[in-house]
Amino acid sequence: MSEPMNEQREIDEVSGVETVGHEWDGIKELNTPIPNWWRWIFYASIVWSLGYWVAYPAIPLIDSYTTGMLGYSSRAEVAAEMVEAKENQAAQVESLRNASLEEIRTDSDLLEFALAGGRSAFMVNCSQCHGSGAQGFAGYPNLNDDEWLWGGTLDQIQYTITHGARNDVDDDAHYSDMPAFLDDEILDTKEIADVTQYVLKLSGQDHQSDEALSGAATFADECAACHSDDGSGDIDAGAPSLNNAIWLYGGSPESITKTISHSRSGVMPAWGPILDDVTVKQLAVYVHSLGGGQ
Amino acid sequence: MSHIEQYDVKPVNKKEERNLYKKRVKIHPKRVNGTFRSLKWGLMIFTLGIYYVTPWLRWDRGPGAPDQAVLIDFPARRFYFFFIEIWPQEIYYLAGLLIIAGIGLFLVTSLVGRAWCGYACPQTVWTDLFLVVERFVEGDRAARIRLDKAPISISKATKKIIKFGLWTVISIGTGGAWVFYYADAPTLAMQLINFDAPTIAYATIGVLSFTTLTLGGLMREQVCTYMCPWPRIQAVMMDEESMTVTYRSTRGEPRSAFRKGDSWDQRGDCVDCKACVVACPMGIDIRDGQQMECITCALCIDACDNIMEKVGRPRGLIAYDSLANADRRAKDQHGSIKFIRGRTLVYAGVLVIVAAGMLAALLLRSDLDINVLHDRNPLFTALSNGDIRNGFTFKILNKSREQRTFSITAEGIDDLSLKLVGSEDLNDFTVPYVTVKPDRLQSFRLLATVPASAITSNAQSLRLILTEINTKKKVTYSTMFRGPEK
Repeated sequence: MSEPMNEQREIDEVSGVETVGHEWDGIKELNTPIPNWWRWIFYASIVWSLGYWVAYPAIPLIDSYTTGMLGYSSRAEVAAEMVEAKENQAAQVESLRNASLEEIRTDSDLLEFALAGGRSAFMVNCSQCHGSGAQGFAGYPNLNDDEWLWGGTLDQIQYTITHGARNDVDDDAHYSDMPAFLDDEILDTKEIADVTQYVLKLSGQDHQSDEALSGAATFADECAACHSDDGSGDIDAGAPSLNNAIWLYGGSPESITKTISHSRSGVMPAWGPILDDVTVKQLAVYVHSLGGGQ
Repeated sequence: MSHIEQYDVKPVNKKEERNLYKKRVKIHPKRVNGTFRSLKWGLMIFTLGIYYVTPWLRWDRGPGAPDQAVLIDFPARRFYFFFIEIWPQEIYYLAGLLIIAGIGLFLVTSLVGRAWCGYACPQTVWTDLFLVVERFVEGDRAARIRLDKAPISISKATKKIIKFGLWTVISIGTGGAWVFYYADAPTLAMQLINFDAPTIAYATIGVLSFTTLTLGGLMREQVCTYMCPWPRIQAVMMDEESMTVTYRSTRGEPRSAFRKGDSWDQRGDCVDCKACVVACPMGIDIRDGQQMECITCALCIDACDNIMEKVGRPRGLIAYDSLANADRRAKDQHGSIKFIRGRTLVYAGVLVIVAAGMLAALLLRSDLDINVLHDRNPLFTALSNGDIRNGFTFKILNKSREQRTFSITAEGIDDLSLKLVGSEDLNDFTVPYVTVKPDRLQSFRLLATVPASAITSNAQSLRLILTEINTKKKVTYSTMFRGPEK
């Protein structure tokens, strides 16, 4: 500012507008105040914000915040929306509760609702171990295929989801315990190698016939009690079938040897205490629908 | 021949007058009568009629379906337009419609300039309507100017209140008509009256009433000049052969005032009465030549023609003409309008092609469609006996009003077997059957299994075929059957 403020007002020649007197490198700032409508909206916003501070949560305190006179909370709003959503679903949930699993499977409306709920419950609770497409991983069964450790009917699936396997929570959980044949000094490494060759033979893979032949005798003594003579397994004993192409821990000779030597056992939580009955039903129908259901 | 009044008026939006820092000067357009004014009245009644009447038209679609001819049904996700019913999956019809509207606008603009702006744009139509009200309450131009200048008085306040009252009624009517496109009009009308309509209906009416009143009543020409991009865009569609409203300066100049008995020698036909300026709702002087502000409403043509008749000169001193034509006239050549030009032919050609495509798509529109999604995770499942299974989400869109039954079959891979999960997997049948309810999209889980011996590569092409049992109508979906690496 080169000139005192009380000097005569300066009018810009080109635009005919008064200048504010500020000058930068010969360019003078025109006095063009913000429009009145804008200014009044700005003042109105200030007044509005005062009211807003009083009415709504506004100021953070050390370990809480001012809640406002209206007592509004977005968390409570979400809770209310959840309650409303539950109410909207109540009739369908109730009909699922009253229907048997088989009735749900054969009624297209019930099935549609059960599958939708089952899919989302699966994503939240099951996909961590079984994968988002229930495709499974080593040690976590693929639920799309047709081999079931504990049975693949609707009722068996529902039981497995409710009680789980080998957990400490539920006394009704599925339970099976394969001996660790090497660690427990039941078999030596040679015998285990022979049994491995026999198991490869059972599942139709490449194997060495001589060793498989001697492995067969060991298998009959030590394994057939649970896995059956032909290796077809026993669901009641929790012994998986060994004569097909599906392997929970891998079907390579190394993997089979490792399983026989050290044993393996997975754990599944009991979902009965965690999820409500209808959700477990939806999950059972959903898992059954993936393709392997019996 | 009478004396011609000269109006004391400045074209407030003349380029030299339009200082960026200047406040808006209110325009008081004077009422004119004539050919184009009559055309505009007709178009106003026609366009407003379409807007207000359309939602009330009925169209029988049979039981269970809405009987409103034009209805955008968001909750049910359907758009009804007379005999056409569009699902969200067919939103490309809307794209086609917008393309047709766009190209149509290009064609009209290249032929006759800003006809959209001058005659059909809602901003123009509603501004015109609001001006009718203003004239009715406050009188014509001179009276309105007097009233605006006068100090506040009871009579002035009364007039302003009446005007704003009528404007508000029109605005609420405008916003009110809009919501009827989105719900059953008679039902919603009753709800609105009884104050139990959805909040969104009242909110929509409120917002649209406000914008109608503001844009049409208060802002008027500023919307066209400062807010609307279209006046600036359409310059690229016009060329020197496009028709537009022009002042024939070769005939009009030199202009000067005219008194009864004066000679027409040594002067132009323009009597400088400024009737064209007072009639202009945009506040310009058409005699200054082409201007961005001009919406070609043609009211100056009517105003000038009336004056020319009074002074006994030919009409058309201000007239629709092309700039190239004006040049030709200036060189004493014969003037003619060229409608058929490269540009108009291209626009018309594209318009015909798009319209024909749309029409064909509409006529061939099937009431049956499928959407098939291959499972992505897992891509395939190996079964205990070595078979490979693929899962699909099979969606059937039954757009008819009847329940329909279909069979699903597959082609392309030997020994493939299909199974449907759910109510209809009647294992006694060799092919799966499904029943789809009327006017519904239903989703099924389809499992395709192939023996290991028939797997030749990790991706084999497969066609899934949906066949309607009664009509034998088929829809085919080509996909891939995924398997392990070979």
